[in-house]
Amino acid sequence: MLATEDLTTHYGPVRAVDGVSLEVAKGSVTAVLGANGAGKTTLLRTITGLATPRAGRVRLDGEDITGLAVEDIVRRGLAHVPEGRGVIAELTVEENLRLGGLWRRRDALPADEVYELFPRLHERRRQPASRLSGGERQMLSIGRALMARPRVLLLDEPSLGLAPVIVAQLMELIRRLADTLDLAVLLVEQNARSALSIANRGVVLSLGRVVADQEAGHLAADDRLRHAYLGF
Amino acid sequence: MTKFLDLTLSGISIGAVYAAVALALVLIWRATRIVNFAQGAMLMITTFIASAVISSTGSYWLGFAVALAAGLVFGAAVERIVVRPVENAPPLNAVILTLGLYTLLVAVAGMIWGNTPRSFPAAFSLRGYEIGGTRLLFTPNDTFTVLVVVGVAVILALLFRLTSLGLQMRAAAFAPEVARMLGVRVGSMLTIGWALAAVVGALAGVLVAPSVFLGPNSFDPILISGFVAAILGGLDSPPGAVIGGLVLGIALSYVSGYAGSALAPLAALAILVLVLMARPGGLFASARERRV
Repeated sequence: MLATEDLTTHYGPVRAVDGVSLEVAKGSVTAVLGANGAGKTTLLRTITGLATPRAGRVRLDGEDITGLAVEDIVRRGLAHVPEGRGVIAELTVEENLRLGGLWRRRDALPADEVYELFPRLHERRRQPASRLSGGERQMLSIGRALMARPRVLLLDEPSLGLAPVIVAQLMELIRRLADTLDLAVLLVEQNARSALSIANRGVVLSLGRVVADQEAGHLAADDRLRHAYLGF
Repeated sequence: MTKFLDLTLSGISIGAVYAAVALALVLIWRATRIVNFAQGAMLMITTFIASAVISSTGSYWLGFAVALAAGLVFGAAVERIVVRPVENAPPLNAVILTLGLYTLLVAVAGMIWGNTPRSFPAAFSLRGYEIGGTRLLFTPNDTFTVLVVVGVAVILALLFRLTSLGLQMRAAAFAPEVARMLGVRVGSMLTIGWALAAVVGALAGVLVAPSVFLGPNSFDPILISGFVAAILGGLDSPPGAVIGGLVLGIALSYVSGYAGSALAPLAALAILVLVLMARPGGLFASARERRV
């Protein structure tokens, strides 16, 4: 579904993503793990077209989407939930959601389905997003991404700043979305333990390079990798 | 008492024009974080175009419509040709470019139409209303000016609040990168923003031209007042721009009526300084800060 081939992206003078190849299949979750500065966010930004790669390709369903404008990549069915959640604070909850599905016009997901998934958002739908708590913003950001009925979902550190209980629920939800909507999910996380608990595959990045790409279960069981790169 | 009424009403009338100019500045500021110093020159050009159409066809309304259409095209063209190439440069570059554009347009207008101010027709009568035997300074044309500006402000508010286009324009203004990630064509939104602003500016030009005459530099004072009004309103808020324009228009009308018109520019400056000291974000700034 989504694949990168030898993707290399510079961030200033630094080679932030260095020859990364990975694949995410339909209905599966691939976790991208690694320390701060390992290049995880730059990888996602390159896939979405927010950063331009020096080399390599990004393919969506086999189609080469490298170098396309962000808007056009998104319109091919990719949704990116950015780090820090990217909720537009000045708009209401309702407006944020509507915005997510606008380019789909009539084919957008009805907002009610998102409200069903996140009843809290329904209660607060007329409030500006600036009034939401961290967890609610995360719900809104994911719900907004779903409005466009994406086929590929990129999530950047969704657990950041959330209480452990909420992180567990969130991971469960991500798994459920991948299964029920047949989504290909690329999940960037520092919280390796929770991410691996729901992922099919785990990719470990260190200084922009892939140092491991294994089934999630194997990765979690590999003491050496865990200690060296994942910190648990 | 009649004097007070006269001053208040003429303040509202000129304030409506300030409001329109302020609205044009605010629309561009919101979309691109650029203060468009060329706004005055742009509306001068569209008003000259209207003047040419009116004198050759004899139809005021055709000239009026052509001015607005010219504003639409002009605004979009300026965004595409002048602003777009420096989009990723520091905002100061674009501001300097708008200053350059101002100089260019004033010079070009002088070359084409000459530097002697000419008269410009009004839409409606310039004879004041008569109430109980006294003739007011407020004219049917002033009524038209106020109604048109209020109408445009309401239409813009509805556009931003209720339509998908408005929602995308707001998203593009508040968070361009997030908007792009949601499939919004931010570049097009900026072009539309500039085009709309130039239409509102063009409107201000044809509305005020009968009272200031039409020359390459005749709108400069209006632009300065519009700028003050926009800052009073918070530079970020379209309703603030309208209220700022009306407040400034009325205040300056009192100052020139009771203390002498020479003091009006000084009063504008004093009002600006006072407001910025008390409320640095402007009277109607949405006080909330951007949180990421």
